[in-house]
Amino acid sequence: MDKYEQRAVLGGSFLMLIFFVAVVIATTGFGVTVPTCIVDVQPFKHGQLIKLADKHYELHAVAKMWSFDPPEITIPPGSRLDIFLTSPDVAHGFNIEKTNINLMAIPGQVTYASLTFDQNEWGNFRLFCHEYCGMNHHAMQGWIKVWPAAALGATNQPVQQPAPAARPAEKPTDTTTQQSNGGAKQ
Amino acid sequence: MSFRQTVMALDRGLKRLTLIQLGVPMFLLIIGIGGGLLQTLMRAGIIKSPSALGLEYYQGLTLHGIINAIVFTTFFAVAFGNALVSYALRMTINLKIAWLANWLMLVGTVMVAVMVFAGEGSVLYTFYPPLQAHPVFYAGLALFVVGSWVAFWNWIPMYLQWRREHPGQKTPLAVVGIFTTFIVWQICTIPVAYEVLVLLLPWSLGWTDTINIEFARTLFWFFGHPLVYFWLLPAYVMFYTMLPKLAGGKLFSDRAGRLALMIFIILSIPVGAHHQFAEPGIGAQWKLLHSFLTLGVTIPSFITAFTMAASLEYAGRKRGAKGLLDWFGKLPYFQADNYMFAYLFVGLVIFFFGGITGIINASYNLNNVVHNTAWMPGHFHMTVAGPVFLAFIGMSLYMVEKMTGKKVKGKLAVAVPYIWMVGIAIFSTGLMRGGLHGEPRRTNMGLTYLNPESSLYQPEWKLWVMMTAIGGTIMFLAMVIYFAIFFKTLFGKKTEEEVLEFPVSEAYHDEKPGIFANFKPWVIAAIILIVISYTPVLIDVMRSTAYTAPPYDPHVPVPARQFQLPPNVVIDNTK
Repeated sequence: MDKYEQRAVLGGSFLMLIFFVAVVIATTGFGVTVPTCIVDVQPFKHGQLIKLADKHYELHAVAKMWSFDPPEITIPPGSRLDIFLTSPDVAHGFNIEKTNINLMAIPGQVTYASLTFDQNEWGNFRLFCHEYCGMNHHAMQGWIKVWPAAALGATNQPVQQPAPAARPAEKPTDTTTQQSNGGAKQ
Repeated sequence: MSFRQTVMALDRGLKRLTLIQLGVPMFLLIIGIGGGLLQTLMRAGIIKSPSALGLEYYQGLTLHGIINAIVFTTFFAVAFGNALVSYALRMTINLKIAWLANWLMLVGTVMVAVMVFAGEGSVLYTFYPPLQAHPVFYAGLALFVVGSWVAFWNWIPMYLQWRREHPGQKTPLAVVGIFTTFIVWQICTIPVAYEVLVLLLPWSLGWTDTINIEFARTLFWFFGHPLVYFWLLPAYVMFYTMLPKLAGGKLFSDRAGRLALMIFIILSIPVGAHHQFAEPGIGAQWKLLHSFLTLGVTIPSFITAFTMAASLEYAGRKRGAKGLLDWFGKLPYFQADNYMFAYLFVGLVIFFFGGITGIINASYNLNNVVHNTAWMPGHFHMTVAGPVFLAFIGMSLYMVEKMTGKKVKGKLAVAVPYIWMVGIAIFSTGLMRGGLHGEPRRTNMGLTYLNPESSLYQPEWKLWVMMTAIGGTIMFLAMVIYFAIFFKTLFGKKTEEEVLEFPVSEAYHDEKPGIFANFKPWVIAAIILIVISYTPVLIDVMRSTAYTAPPYDPHVPVPARQFQLPPNVVIDNTK
C-alpha cells in the first residue's frame, strides 16, 4: 500500500483510539454510565416514589401500554433520583428530556439509572416513550417535576409556578397527567 | 485486473431474472417511498390522523422499513451479485438455482406484504416481541432470508471453479466484494433465522406460551447491525471497482480495497450490542467492548474515504487538472451519459455525514443523548438512504439500460442524486436537531406532540419537524422523477445490443493480494471475535431474565392470550 494510505489508516485508527479514551474518561471520571445487567431486583407491577432521605428519592417506574406509572412525580431541586424501571407488557422507552436518562423498559427485566438534579435546576421535565409500543405510542408521556420544597403542598401539584425571568415559561400541567397521581405520594 | 473484453453477451435467462429482481422491488418501492412522505407529513402534524390513504401510521412505517430496507436492498444485492459474479468471473450462472432463490424471496415478500396490508403485522421492520404479527408474516420473513442464502450458495461453486482454473491469480475485487457482502449476511442471518423460526413462529402460532424478550432483541441486533453493512457493501463494491473508472481514472490501491473488505468480515458482527446500550440485561462492560469494536469498524471507512479521494484526484489529474485542489473541479458531475458517477459521488458526500453521526452513536455513553430519538433516523437516512440507496437505484437503472439495450434518455437521470442530496440535507438536519430536543423516533407526533389541540403539544419541535417534512417532500420529488425514468426506460424502445457490462476499473497500485487472497482466515477470526463478544452478553441476558412474555396485538394493551406469571417470580404488589 502507498505510504500516504498507510498514514491514513494509522491516523484514522489513532483518532478512534482518542475517541474511545474520551468515552472511558466520561464513564470513569464523570460517571456518565449506561445501564448494566441487574439480577438481584425482581420486576414489579406498580410504580411508586419512595423518599429514602432528604433529597434522595427512589422511583419505581412502570412503563405500560400506553402510560407511565406514576404518570408524574414531584421532587425538590438538588435531589438524587434512583430510577428502577420495568414493563409488564411490551418494550417501552424512557427518555427524560434535557438529561442523560435514556432507558429501555423490557418485560422480564429491571433497569436502573441514577440522576442528580442540580441545585439550581428546576421546572417540568417531560418523559417520553421512544420505543414503538403499539397504536397509542405517540400519547405515552409523563412528567418529572422539580420544584422547591416550599411549593410542595399536600398534593403533588405545585401550588404556584414561580418562573424566574431566565427560564422559559413552562406549560401548565395538563389534564391527562392529573388523572392519577397516587404513585407519587409519599 | 484487466479484461480482454469488457462487454459480455447476455444470457437471456439471466436478463429475465434480473429484470424481475430489479423491477418488482422497484414497483413496491413506490409504496415504500410514498409511505416515507406520508410519515414526514404526519410527524409534522400537517396530516393529523392515525392513518392516511387507508394505512395506519405504524402500518405504513412497517411497510416503509420492510420494503425500502429489506426487500429492495436484498433483491438488489442478489440481482447485482448474480450479474457481477457472472461478469467478473466470465462464467454463466446456474439459472435453476437462481430462480429457486428468486421464487423463495418473492413468495416471502408477498406473504409479508399481504399480512402488513391486512393490518396483521404492524410491528415495524424490527418486529420486536412481544408485539406480535401474524404467523404468515414470520414465515414470509424466513422464506425471504432463506431465498437470499440460496442465491449466495449458487455463486460458491463458480468461485471455487474459477480458483481451480486460475491458480495463482487474484480473485477480481468485485467478486471479493460480493462474497464479503454475503459472507457477512450468511453469518448474521443465522441467529435471526433462529429468532424467527424457533422463538417467534411457534409463539405466534400458540405452540409455545411465552418467549424471552431480551434474548429475542439480542438475536435481532446480532443481525441488525451487520444488516447495515450488508446494505453498504454492494455500494462499496461500486465505489472500489466502478467509481474510479466512471471518473476517468483508476482505483488508487487494489490492496486497500481488499483490506477494507476483510475488516468488514471481522468487525461487522461482534458489535451489535451497541444498539442495546440503553437496555437492561447486558453488562455495561460488554457494552463498552462492543463500543470499542464499533469504533474499529470505522477504519475500513477511513480507508475508503482516502482511497476514493485519491482515485478521484488521479482521475481529475488525468483530465488535465493542475495544482492542489484543481482536480476537484474536473470531475464529470453533470454528464448525462455518465449519470452513474453522480449517483456514487453524491452518495459518498452524504456518507461523510452519515459516518460521523454513526461514530457519535457508537460512543457508548454519548448514546444516552440520542438513543431512539429522531436523531437516529436522521443518522441512518444519511447511510442507507444516502450512499446505499443512491448506488442501488443508480445501478438498477444502469443494469436495466445495459441488459435491455434501451438507452436512458434526457438529462434528468443525472439530476436525481443532487435533488436527493438537497432533500436529505434538510430532512436529516431536521430529524437530528429535533432528536437532540427529545423528539422520539417512530412516533405519529401529529396526533399529540405536534397537535396544538393536544394537551401534549410541544411547540419547540415545530421548526425541526417542518424541516423534516420539507426535506422529505424534496426527496419524494426526486424519486418521482427517478421512477418515471426507470419505468420509461424499462418499457421503452430497444436501440442497442443487450449486453452484460459493468464499468470495472483498473488499479493504479496493483499489488499482490498476500494475506487477503483467501477468505478463510478472516472468517475464522470473525467467528472467534463473535464468540468472545457475544458469549458474555448472552449469559447476562439469560441470568437477568425474571420471566418470559406472552404475545400482544399492537392495538390492544392486554395479552393476546391468558398469561400467568411463573410461580417463582415474586411480584412486588405493595402499594
